[in-house]
Amino acid sequence: MARKIRVLVAKPGLDGHDRGARVIARGLRDAGMEVVYTGLHQTPEQIVEAAIQEDVDVVGLSILSGAHMTIFPRVCELLKENGAEDIMVMGGGTVPEDDVKELKNGGWAKEIFTPGTTLETIVEWINSNVNTD
Amino acid sequence: MSTSGVIKLADYVDKLLEGDRRSAAKIITLIENDLPGKEEIIRRVYPHTGRAHVIGVTGPPGAGKSSLIDRLVGTLRAEDLRVGVIAVDPSSPFSGGALLGDRIRMQEHALDRKVFIRSMGTRGTLGGLSRATKDVVKILDAYGCDVILIETVGVGQTELDIMHCADSTVVVLGPGAGDRIQAMKAGIMEIADLFVINKCDTADVTRIKNDIENMIDLSPLARDWRPPVLKTSAFTGDGIGGLWERLQAHKAFKISSGRSALEAEKLKAELLEIMYGKVMERLSTGGLSNGKMKEMIDSVLERRVDPYTAADTLLEKLICFREGA
Amino acid sequence: MSEKMDIRKNWEEWLESRSKMTDRDFKYETVSSLPVNDLYTPLDIEKLDYQKDLGMPGQYPYTRGVQGNMYRGRLWTMRQFAGFATARESNQRYKYLLSRGQTGLSVAFDMPTIMGYDSDHPRSFGEVGRVGVAIDSLQDMETLFDGIPLDKVSTSMTINAPAPILWCMYIAAGEKQGVPSEKLTGTIQNDILKEYIAQKSWIFPPHPSMRLITDIFEYSSRHVPKWNTVSISGYHIREAGSTAVQELAFTLADGFAYVEAGVAKGLDVDQFAPRLSFFFNAHIDFFEEIAKYRAARRIWARRLKEKYGARSPKSWMLRFHTQTAGCSLTGQQPEINIVRTAYEAMSAVLGGTQSLHTNSMDEVLALPSEKSVQIALRTQQILAYETGAANVIDPLAGSYFVEALTNKMEEEAEKYFEEIDRRGGVLAAIDQSFFQQEIADAAYQYQRAVDKKKRIMVGVNEFIDEDEKIEIEILKIDPQIEKDQAARVQQLRSDRDNLRTGDALDSLRKAASGTENLIPYILECVRSYATEGEMIQVMREVFGEFKEKPIF
Repeated sequence: MARKIRVLVAKPGLDGHDRGARVIARGLRDAGMEVVYTGLHQTPEQIVEAAIQEDVDVVGLSILSGAHMTIFPRVCELLKENGAEDIMVMGGGTVPEDDVKELKNGGWAKEIFTPGTTLETIVEWINSNVNTD
Repeated sequence: MSTSGVIKLADYVDKLLEGDRRSAAKIITLIENDLPGKEEIIRRVYPHTGRAHVIGVTGPPGAGKSSLIDRLVGTLRAEDLRVGVIAVDPSSPFSGGALLGDRIRMQEHALDRKVFIRSMGTRGTLGGLSRATKDVVKILDAYGCDVILIETVGVGQTELDIMHCADSTVVVLGPGAGDRIQAMKAGIMEIADLFVINKCDTADVTRIKNDIENMIDLSPLARDWRPPVLKTSAFTGDGIGGLWERLQAHKAFKISSGRSALEAEKLKAELLEIMYGKVMERLSTGGLSNGKMKEMIDSVLERRVDPYTAADTLLEKLICFREGA
Repeated sequence: MSEKMDIRKNWEEWLESRSKMTDRDFKYETVSSLPVNDLYTPLDIEKLDYQKDLGMPGQYPYTRGVQGNMYRGRLWTMRQFAGFATARESNQRYKYLLSRGQTGLSVAFDMPTIMGYDSDHPRSFGEVGRVGVAIDSLQDMETLFDGIPLDKVSTSMTINAPAPILWCMYIAAGEKQGVPSEKLTGTIQNDILKEYIAQKSWIFPPHPSMRLITDIFEYSSRHVPKWNTVSISGYHIREAGSTAVQELAFTLADGFAYVEAGVAKGLDVDQFAPRLSFFFNAHIDFFEEIAKYRAARRIWARRLKEKYGARSPKSWMLRFHTQTAGCSLTGQQPEINIVRTAYEAMSAVLGGTQSLHTNSMDEVLALPSEKSVQIALRTQQILAYETGAANVIDPLAGSYFVEALTNKMEEEAEKYFEEIDRRGGVLAAIDQSFFQQEIADAAYQYQRAVDKKKRIMVGVNEFIDEDEKIEIEILKIDPQIEKDQAARVQQLRSDRDNLRTGDALDSLRKAASGTENLIPYILECVRSYATEGEMIQVMREVFGEFKEKPIF
């Protein structure tokens, strides 16, 4: 039997706008995934430590503060430092198109979903990008 | 995770024993998913287990278990003990997914390399969770945890099963749990080694404390250890040090009162559980060839054999088949 | 009586013939999933008592508006919220705005200031001066209002958990200018309850936070009598995904909780209730929003008079600021957000708002450009001067639909009040995560409806522009700003009289452990140039920190 997909949904930054993160968490749960939610105000260090201990397949970062260009690279760097670069990083939030390209080209994020993306799209993306064998 | 190759698996175990947290995490995933290699890992890890003080923490939702654990971890860390936390949350019966949010309340130790927190969904399999949890405890034990805390919600059968693998079980109640005590009585009395009334900074908990003491007085269970009823506040930190002292006292009591007998009792239960699981697995994965099964069904149909004898014969074949293989 | 029977008969005939017609396949409900009928008639408002339920504008229960002449007396205040970078840059911006005839300022703070961290704290990294201005100490507040006479302007500050500190900095900045606190006018948001419920910029747990708020009530009534001490906010509750009824009910429930806290402190309700104001969201469902504002005024007036025994009409009046709904805007085809915002703004005006912020079309994507900010302001000016919407007071009163919907909103809100009471009040309900769960459920249902196209969002799930190329100017914040601000606060800590600062902080710590009013102690810390982060840390050590619960 295929193994269960585990996703860490994290909310970095000082702002409290977690509506999106919580809706996504619930949507992934309803799609049969196990979702670890770490709460607000997470630092990249906290996010990576949780991702490692929880052995998740995917880290999803919800960023609305405009700090995406610093946070995504930092999370990826820390994952690498800890030998956990196989954990996929995706994101959601108000990220301008050029920044999305830069983050994806730089290998800092495998995918970034901007507002208006349906839950189905995100679920499908995770299902087809995570190897559950 | 990639589990291909025995060499890699062995590497993980070696690294686990050296205290590598990523290997611990990966092995736990393998165990949780009951993937091939699990038994091999437990075989290799088992000699390195048996040191940790395993503490179960259960109670109704809203009692403040996660915050209490967060505080307790602080006390343990002050004594430089390595701590493992297994936080179990219910899986959705509809989708099989789960929202695991206990880490939110355990942020104090998020970056402490000597604290390992793992969230688990119940995944709905009867008995499966209790099996997996016991094995995850072994992994964290071998990983080097001095204390392992297991958090579950509620006091249903699953939770009771899980708590049976704990050395000490703490039942946490909120100040408003008065009405619930009566309803939960039977299960709780069976498993509770300590009662904790949490959030005592927010309300007067004298009455509920008295209710619990009365309940213990009236309990028909013969016991040499009377469960203490403690007051704590995970918010102010009051009573947490006392809780740890009583937990240690409880462990000392267990050792002094013949731990090995208790251990044997627990092991017996675990062995039976594993055997049951294995028989079920062989039955469902076709340990018996279809031919043999059909043959026997025909015999029963034709009234040549009764169902009981048929089952006995099949069981013998099932076990011999494996042993011969 | 016979007229009513005629209407009923006629209605039944219409229903009969109407039932043979085929309707479009569409779910007829408000944006909050409140079902609506296809037709409203006098039968729907049979029980409406004009004198009792509506009255005249400026009269109890104020359903029709709080002023007797509404916008013929004075238009609503067009108050666009803004803030950036450092005190010096914001000061220049404010001076520019004032030179253009604006009389009120609206200060946006950056996230570290909102969360009580100094600019050199590791938690502040990357966030200094980003969404508003960074204020670390009285020194920054002096710079922010340098050359701006504080007895001549009214200042609104969007600040909550650290509100007492920023308020004291404002008072102290006034002292430096020689302006007595009695002459200061303005508003602090200071609504901590909605932080736990929705916005989540909390620091301390609810009980000490409520104490700080009532300390402000008390101090203000004696020393800063013209100050609006709290702006009870539904805006963020709605943005977090609530329905209109939830926004209405939870916000008013918060208001009642503040009233009760003030009374419990021994204050007379008429001593502080007139200084309470409200802040609502204007979402896209036009009629539902208008009904919401009207119901809010009526409920507040009735409760304050009948339940809390207020005697001053000023205590009965619900005055409110409105902002159009950020969450109704889309990143796709951003220009059409102008249209959404215009409809929303019109509902606020027809609902009788006292002031209004209209969102800029590109806010979903980035900090708004100058051009889009201007269009947002022009939207209000068109509304005020071209549409005629401001000519007639409460023009939708008497509409069968609007009156029925106003009644419905009130009824549904009352149900929530009962539920909150049953749970032991607002603080208990927060502890039980009641509001948080209700909002999370509503937000999830809304998202599912959009995903499944049961709810249409133009440009998002229908009428999509496949080849759309969004070209929006991105405002980049210079990282040097953060370094400079951090250096400034470090310099301050070595330049000031640290003996005095230390004494002031120690006194604050002692007072926080007791029950005295903390404002004089905070004021003394501020005067001694203690930083915001230092004061918050002292109080954090005494009060503890609030921790969120896992609610999805």
